[in-house]
Parts: sequence; C-alpha cells; structure tokens
Amino acid sequence: MLKKSTTPHMLSNQTTQSVMFDVVLALFPTLIVSVLFFGLKAVLVLVTSVTACLTFEYICNRFWLMKERNSTRDFSAVITALLLACSLPSNLPLIFVVFGAFVAIVIAKMSFGGLGKNIFNPALSGRVFLFLSFPVYMTSWPKPSFNNFFQQDVSTGATTLELIKYSDASTSATRLDNNDYLNEIPDYFDMITGYIAGSLGEVSAIALLLGLAYLLYRNVITWHIPFFYILTVFLTVYVVSLFSEEPLKYSAVTHVLSGGLLLGAIFMATDYVTSPMSEKGKIIFAIGCGLLTVLIRLTTVYSEGVSFAILIMNAFVPFIDRISVPRIYGTGGKK
Amino acid sequence: MLFNIVGINLKKNKLSRHEAIRDIGLPKTVSIPLKKHIGHPAVAVVNEGDKVKIGMLLAKANNTISANVHASVAGRVSKIDEDYIHINTSKDEAEDYIDFSDELITEIPQDKEEILALIRDAGIVGMGGAGFPTDIKLSVPTGKEIKCLILNGIECEPYFTGDERLMLEKAEEIVIGARIINRLLGIQNAIIAVDEKKKKAFEILTSITKRYIGVNVKLLTNKYPQGAEKMLVEAVSGEEVPSGKLPMDMGYVVQNVGTVYAIYQAVMKKKPLYERVVTVSGDAVAKPKNYMVRIGTPVSFIAEKAKVDIKEVEELLIGGPMMGTDIDDLSTPVSKLDGGVLFLKKAKPETEESVCIRCNKCAQHCPIALQPFAIANSYKAGDKPNLYKLRALDCINCGICSYVCPAKIPLLDYIKQAKNEIR
Repeated sequence: MLKKSTTPHMLSNQTTQSVMFDVVLALFPTLIVSVLFFGLKAVLVLVTSVTACLTFEYICNRFWLMKERNSTRDFSAVITALLLACSLPSNLPLIFVVFGAFVAIVIAKMSFGGLGKNIFNPALSGRVFLFLSFPVYMTSWPKPSFNNFFQQDVSTGATTLELIKYSDASTSATRLDNNDYLNEIPDYFDMITGYIAGSLGEVSAIALLLGLAYLLYRNVITWHIPFFYILTVFLTVYVVSLFSEEPLKYSAVTHVLSGGLLLGAIFMATDYVTSPMSEKGKIIFAIGCGLLTVLIRLTTVYSEGVSFAILIMNAFVPFIDRISVPRIYGTGGKK
Repeated sequence: MLFNIVGINLKKNKLSRHEAIRDIGLPKTVSIPLKKHIGHPAVAVVNEGDKVKIGMLLAKANNTISANVHASVAGRVSKIDEDYIHINTSKDEAEDYIDFSDELITEIPQDKEEILALIRDAGIVGMGGAGFPTDIKLSVPTGKEIKCLILNGIECEPYFTGDERLMLEKAEEIVIGARIINRLLGIQNAIIAVDEKKKKAFEILTSITKRYIGVNVKLLTNKYPQGAEKMLVEAVSGEEVPSGKLPMDMGYVVQNVGTVYAIYQAVMKKKPLYERVVTVSGDAVAKPKNYMVRIGTPVSFIAEKAKVDIKEVEELLIGGPMMGTDIDDLSTPVSKLDGGVLFLKKAKPETEESVCIRCNKCAQHCPIALQPFAIANSYKAGDKPNLYKLRALDCINCGICSYVCPAKIPLLDYIKQAKNEIR
C-alpha cells in the first residue's frame, strides 16, 4: 500500500522523549556517585522526588490543563525530579522533598502551561523555595561515607563554599581563626571525585563532566552555555584573586569545582525551555550566569549563588532572545 | 562555526555508488511530459496516430520560458492530452542527424548564437530538479557580467548517485561541456564543485582538467544541502547571494553536471535531451543501480526491471527523500528533472505534533539561518507582517527543520503555507 506524506520524507530519530531520556542517562554517573557516597538516604530522596514529580505532573496535566496526551511519558518531569533531588542534601526530611516537587512541577511548570511554556527552571525553583523556607535543613550537609549504605553515624560538615564564606571576617561570627576554615578546604582530588560535603548531585566533578560529554556526543546540548558559564566564573575569580592576599579563598579552580556550578552549568542552565535559543544568546546568558554566580558567592551572605544566578538569568531570556536573532543568509552585515 | 552549524550530516545510503550506468531498456509505452519544466507548457507539433523516431520534435517551446520536447522512443503517438504525449513503442529507430558514436569531440563551435540555439533546440532544462530552461539561464542579460561558472556535482540527497557516476564515466565530456558554457558566457573560469565523499570523481576530474584551460575542480565539505544553489555559491566563492537576488546578479552561473553533460551531447552530438541517468534505489530494491532511462518511462517499468515487489513498498519517491515527491500512481513517468526513483519499505512514520521545547535545532541547522519555529508560530497566529520580517520567503524548502525537530512539528509545512499566504 503506497502512502503519501509531506517533505521531507524522512525524519531524524531524535524525539522529545529521546532527548529527555538522554539527559536522564547523562545524569546516571552523578546518580551512581550520590548513592555510593550518601547511600540509602540518597536513594530515598531520589525515589521520593521522582514519585512526587510524576504524580503532580500527571494530576495537573489530566485534571487542570485537561490534556489528552499523557505528559509524564516525555521524561521531562523525571529530569526535573532528578535535578531537584541532585540539588538537595541527602538527609533532608522527605516531606520537604515533596514540597519542593510541588513547587517545581505545579507552580514553576504546570501553572505556566506545562513543558515548553515555563519561564523559570522548575527544579531550581523547587530548590530555592526549600532553601529560603527551611534554611537550616537545606544547609546541613552529610559528609560522604563510602561503603556505608545505611549511613550510620555520618557526621555533617560545611561545603567548600561555606568554608570560604565562614573565613570571611565580615560575615563570620565565630572566634575561630579564618585560616582554620580555609585549611579545611578539601584537596582537588576529593573535589574531582566528589568525596566532599554537598548536595546529592553536585559533589563529583568527574561524574558531571561524563554527563556533559554524553550530552555533547548525543547533540542534546551545544557547548556554549557550560563552556562560557564555567569560563566566566573561572576568569572572574581569577581576576579577583590577583587583588587579594588570600589565595585559598579566591582559588579559581576551587570555585569551579565546588558548589553547584558544574551541575548548574551542565544540566540546569542548558534547559532548553528556560535558556535562550540562538548560540549568541546562549553565550550572553552563560556569561550573565557566571558573573551573577561569582557576585553572589563573594559579596552576599549566601555561600552559593548558582541557583539564584540561573533563575535571575531565566527572567532575561525573552529579552536575550530578542537581541540575539541570528543574521539571515544574504542580508548583508557581518557573519 | 562558532555561531552557526548550518546544514546537517544525513545518512547518505549511496547504495548504488559502484554501479556503472546501464541502459534500462525500452518500455512498451512512454508518456512524455509537456509541462514539467518551469515556464509555459510545450505545444504539440505531432498528431495522434503519427509515426515518430527517437529525437523527433514532439512539442515546441511556447513563449520564451519554455522547452522543446522530443520523442524518446520510436513508435506511434497514441494519445495527446494536456500533460503528456503518449507513444506506443515499436522497434528502436532514431533520427539520422544524431551522432551516436562514442568519439569524443573537443572542437567547440565558435558562434555563441549557434551554441545557444543548439541548447534551446535540444530542450535542455535544469536536470538537478529545478527544471528551468537552460538556454534562458545561459542568456546573460546585457549589463550583467559573469565571473564564474559553477558546476554542481554535489548531489546531496541521500541515495542519489547518478551525477557521481556521470562524473566518473563521462568526466571528459563534462569538462568539455563546461568549456562550451565558458565560451557561451565569454569567460575562462569554470569550477566543478564535488563533495569530499566523491574523492574518485575529484581525482579523475582533476587529472582531466589539467589538459584543458579554464576548468578547475573544487572539493567541498559533505553536508546537506551543500548542493542548493545559494549554499554552493557561498561554499565556492565565499560570497552570499543577497536575499531576493539570483546567483547571476553576482556573476555566478550554476549548472548541474547532468545538465552540462546534456549540453555536451546537444552541441557536439546533436542529441536532444530524451534520456537521463536515474538512480533506482531504496531498501525495497534488491540491487540498487544507475540506469539510463528514456524520458516518459513509467515507474511501473522501472519497478519491473529493478525486480521490485511493489507490495513490499510503502513509499515510492520520485526525487530524493528530503525534497522529492511521493507518488501512488505507478504509471507516473520519469521526467527530465528526475534523478532518482526510490522504493522504500517504510513510509515516513506518522507522528503527532507535540509542543515546541525551544531546543533551537531548526534554527541552528537552517542553511539560511532562518528561525523556522518563529515562522511557524507567526503563521499560526496569522501575523503576516512578522512573516516578512522573519524572511519566510527566503526559505529554500530543504526540509532540515522538519527533519531535526524532536517535537515532530511539521515546520516546513507551516513555512510553505506561510509563504503562500504572503507571496
């Protein structure tokens, strides 16, 4: 039976579902590391987040947006769930995870009309809501504990960026010598493998970079946002360090490897829906994210600025899109 | 490349690359198209019942932009309708004036008018798929200066190998054809553009062009749609064709290598365009091959000769998978424009349009750097002024936007409708 179709008569294998699933696969190294280091508690946070996000997505889609198509099948809610979990500490009470999922899916995503319509990154919205509402719980970081699945007798500690912040005399209220904090900063090897305190998915640089390599290989994202975001942070901190006498505090490498920068630059800032479309726009967006991240880290009371930086830049995306329209072939001007 | 990754790398499926061109044979009937070319339909000069020979003029170019149509077989005209002249084939017999010998002729006629008349009489049109009458394209209006002739040997549609085979087997004829056009245009600068996957053709052409003045070969990157005129001019010259202008306005004339071979045949051998190379390929064809096919040969005859089980075929394409047309009527004949017939076991999957996820792939790969998603949105919103602003009319219909869209939005369909609305 001969069929008819419109041109082109062939389509690429990539679908919304496959793109989203690729992101889930790219997160796998990070998820494995988080379970190895943070054990059962990490598993519980992940499972709770995924269950809650999928449930909220299904309910909103079916009974609020009244859509026929089941939107949970496109994996976008799974990505939101995993990214939310990745940005939480492993010992967060699970009910808070559900709250975060509610804000992420119901408020940040579905109330704007669902996938493709939201302005702010859902996972980050959920995280920032939790961070502002439950600051104590959200800044209590269990230290990684390898080969200890049930996580018995795990101590909590400060993240690298918190150590840097505490050492800052102007914000620190403790009697300790500033350098005691700075001397506690883990070495680069621990930062790269992820054997440091922090939220589930932000600790291991190597796992996150593996994810980046996979996303680039599968053409899911382009290199612009991660590259320019990380480069901006590195260069800005480096320039600041030239005017400072505290090399440990303003180590550009430490700033790149710690906190949520890699997780944010690779997985959050590259979210299609909430980042600019053209390459030029992506570069503007990434540089903005980088500058804001460093500004928040170095000058405010918060030790970490990635979430705020990306959410603030999300708001500028329509504007950036308007000023970064690519030059059309044959219309003159520079390429 | 920092800001734009125009074009895409398609899986090329050039299955018939190593198959020499062979004659497909004589169908029992042919239906020769009268209005497949761009411009006015040709007007029949024969009557039903007339006996015709190969190469005999069947229909005359009507008006300036039009093309002659010749008999591709000998036989009796059975019917003349609006679209076709149908002929029942008898034994093969050709007009006497055609030179069928294999002898290479290198002596190019001096008189430009004579060359142009031979091309016009032979009914040559753009064989890469455009179908624009070649004599018009080669008549440069006074005041326009031509710098360069570009021969298009890219053939960027998947499956197609006819042009590549021509460049391998008829390389010298093509080079002489280029020199004929050079003379016509009064230049000494022809560039044969070949993509990097056709290394062998590149080598052969390079060695031949060493013996001739004014013809060179250039190797280009392999991507789709490198063979589109605007892309090709840019790749060869580094200059863009301004929006709304033709390559000729910038001093470039682009001709497909198949057309150039036909020009050689017409000028040196007095042979009108009544047959062409057709790639017969696709996964439903056991042995994909390149055939010399008489114009008007029905697809059913090709299917039979290529041993295609038509029951297995879900999609039948005349032309390539990116820009070709699918047909459901096996009596459809091959025209001067058709470089391939593809028999595919699987039709394009039926997909449901889902919501745009702003991935930017359509814009990122668009060779013209348009924003297909924005054009589709403006069309849906009925925002005509914005369609102009987004330059919807500059779209070259390459289909990349629809191809890459993960949300399976038929972007090209929307753009085509948008163009109709504002044209």
